[in-house]
Amino acid sequence: MKVRIKFAKYGTVRFIGHLDVMRYFQKAIRRAGIDVAYSEGFSPHQIMSFAAPLSVGHTSEGEYFDLEVNSFTDSKDFKKKLQSVMVEGIEILDVQPLEQGAKNAMASVAAAAYLVSFRDETILPALWKEALLDFYAKPEIPVIKKTKKGEKEINLKESIYDLEIRTGISKKGQETVPENEIYLLLNAESGENIKPVFVLETFFQTLSFELPPFSLLIHRLETMQNMGTQEERRLVPLLWEK
Amino acid sequence: MGRLALKDEILMQVEKPARYIGNEVNAVIKDKEQVDIRFAMCFPDVYEIGMSHLGIQIIYDMLNQFEDVWCERVYSPWVDLDAIMRREQIPLFALESQEPIRNFDFLGITIQYEMCYTNILQILDLSGIPFLAEERTWEDPVVIGGGPCTYNPEPICDFFDLFYIGEAETRYRELLDLYKKCRDEKTSRKEFLERAAQIPGMYVPSLYEVSYHTDGTLKERHALIKEIPIKIEKELVTDVSDTYYPEKPIVPFIKVTQDRVVLEIQRGCIRGCRFCQAGQLYRPVRERSLEMLKAYAVKMLKNTGHEEISLSSLSSSDYSCLPELLDYLIETCKEQKINISLPSLRIDAFSLDVMNKVQDVKKSSLTFAPEAGSQRLRNVINKGLTQEEILEGARLAFEGGWSRVKLYFMLGLPMETEEDIEGIADLCNQIAAVYYETVPKEKRTGRVQIVASTSFFIPKPFTPFQWAPQCTKDEFLHKAYLTRTAIASQLNQKSIKYNWHEADVSVLEGIMARGDRRLNKVILRAYQKGCMYDAWSEYYKNDVWFETFEECGIDPSFYTTRERNDDEIFPWDFLDCGVSREFLLREWHKAKDESITPNCRVQCQGCGASRFRTGVCTEGGRGQ
Repeated sequence: MKVRIKFAKYGTVRFIGHLDVMRYFQKAIRRAGIDVAYSEGFSPHQIMSFAAPLSVGHTSEGEYFDLEVNSFTDSKDFKKKLQSVMVEGIEILDVQPLEQGAKNAMASVAAAAYLVSFRDETILPALWKEALLDFYAKPEIPVIKKTKKGEKEINLKESIYDLEIRTGISKKGQETVPENEIYLLLNAESGENIKPVFVLETFFQTLSFELPPFSLLIHRLETMQNMGTQEERRLVPLLWEK
Repeated sequence: MGRLALKDEILMQVEKPARYIGNEVNAVIKDKEQVDIRFAMCFPDVYEIGMSHLGIQIIYDMLNQFEDVWCERVYSPWVDLDAIMRREQIPLFALESQEPIRNFDFLGITIQYEMCYTNILQILDLSGIPFLAEERTWEDPVVIGGGPCTYNPEPICDFFDLFYIGEAETRYRELLDLYKKCRDEKTSRKEFLERAAQIPGMYVPSLYEVSYHTDGTLKERHALIKEIPIKIEKELVTDVSDTYYPEKPIVPFIKVTQDRVVLEIQRGCIRGCRFCQAGQLYRPVRERSLEMLKAYAVKMLKNTGHEEISLSSLSSSDYSCLPELLDYLIETCKEQKINISLPSLRIDAFSLDVMNKVQDVKKSSLTFAPEAGSQRLRNVINKGLTQEEILEGARLAFEGGWSRVKLYFMLGLPMETEEDIEGIADLCNQIAAVYYETVPKEKRTGRVQIVASTSFFIPKPFTPFQWAPQCTKDEFLHKAYLTRTAIASQLNQKSIKYNWHEADVSVLEGIMARGDRRLNKVILRAYQKGCMYDAWSEYYKNDVWFETFEECGIDPSFYTTRERNDDEIFPWDFLDCGVSREFLLREWHKAKDESITPNCRVQCQGCGASRFRTGVCTEGGRGQ
């Protein structure tokens, strides 16, 4: 059977890349003594599926992976076992068994919500907040997106499901509370994924302002699935109370 | 959550930032206010190499068991971060606390190969610690070296306050207690070192002076104070089953070279190959008990979550309880799909049977290390492996479904002739022929793959070949050329692939290996001129090195190509690794006579190690 695990990643471990996070969990699952299922064949491996890779340097409180297990007693016990072998900065938030035939984490991803703040707001152009809201209010934002196959022109507006400017909140593993934060809800479907950096770079280009390198602090709030239709989305977290 | 020493902007710019953040599973965090001694343990190479080293894990675990000590780790920043740290004047820091190394009480550096010497200077430089021990004050950590290269510490002796000669498990407590006492009593740093030099195994180079003959060879050395020994005996663990060994090794986030549990099954080697330094340094061979190994295997797998366990030793086939240990591991690992890796195993029916049980059906390649191409030369080097054994091992392997064979040889061994080199090609060819004879056409999956690799032989201290001349670069390259052409003329040449090492770096390694105190200034100068990461061919600057020798008025060939007289005093002779100089000289003469020496279990050769009264020297009531 499949179990879905939700975790947070913050503090120093934000510099661990996606593949290494997967390796980390493979070893953690062994340490926790979880009755994990292995694939058949010459080199058996744990059957796991990660929802959406998180870029190096970003923090998150909405990461997910699915794990195939041979037995499962209860969520609380599983969560406790796994949490007991975590390093500082990786926290198990929730564990739920999945229904038979449920789509795996990776295939379920439709969108991701982010909070973006600036390392140093003083360097930003004046009135950037107003300009950002104007930018989002435009009906069309044509951009060139680089893909594996080359470049294609897309309407970025269609992939930004929401954009707000919020007052900053404190987050685990972060020393300071930012003054302002940009809330972004972005398309994260396989092949359609939009990174928050891309949105903000595009925006600042319209102001002819080049964002200094590494000036964004990006925090993923949630990874979502679409319970509605393509036309009328109903986005809910990958684990949610029905 | 602690702060990181490096800003995000820097970590985002460098390759693999996880090298610098610490916080790995099983890393030890202590309250710095609650400890008396801060110890930084360093492997002077990049994180992935350093983290794969068992010795550091043992010392880290031991020192952190002491309540008054916090041992942390530090590795060489990779060249990208190195440049940023110099530019922005960021001091080198330890991974756990992320605090500057200069604030520590001790900086321990393990010295595993000669080509890391400039990286030692990089560590000191980035830490803001003076290169020269004589310029340090109590504001600086005590810089202590350990590891195999300390068996000739003279080329780097100016950079160290002291060296720990031998195995670390025995004397650290005593040294640390002395340090605390001296700090309490507010003694001078010099007095601490003078007293430290009286602890067995401790060598304080500044307390000894050497003089040279006009021909450049060593004349004599004497101690500057009377309380310290003129000869320093190595430290050794007598009971390897009841000692420090990490139950919870650190699990790196990024993939490192040795990404597995390492179970050291024994120390030392009974074989006595004449080129091998480790085979002499770690005598006598001491086996860990089966019970200890079983218990540690289980605990270490549980505490790390690794998917592989590797048995470590110089010659695993000689471990007397190997079948029992392997049966246990196979049984234990089956459920959890854990791989067992078995390096340094002699290829025979037993080992092939074991490998069949523990390895994938996709057969990996098998490794033989004949080291020399002819039986005559194998007798010279005392490599007790015959052509019949190799061919029989290969035949069994081919029958068992293997079709890839790796062979390791050395070029430039003493007394080597062109026939010996041709023997390499001939042996490869014969192995290929065995494949075609053994495996019927319908069962073959293409050609057999034979990969022959040669390295260049470098004479090392405390081996019978310490008297031997080393080849010049041109001789090395000529030998590699002869090997290549000999292989190309074989019937089965299409099944044989040949790799050889760089010759430049082998020459430098040879200089350092048998060097003396006069090399300190060359190493410092070469570092100042940009040499670093010499073990990495892409960063090795041969021209700069040899230019520096000239600048310093030092003839490199003095250290390499010269055959030493039987009675020459060597720079490392003041150390006593347990094996006597008389024994080594006897072996050197036997090598010249092409005469072999049986291994320790067959017949004791009176090498001198029996004075430790442990291990193979006391097996079956021997040596009691």
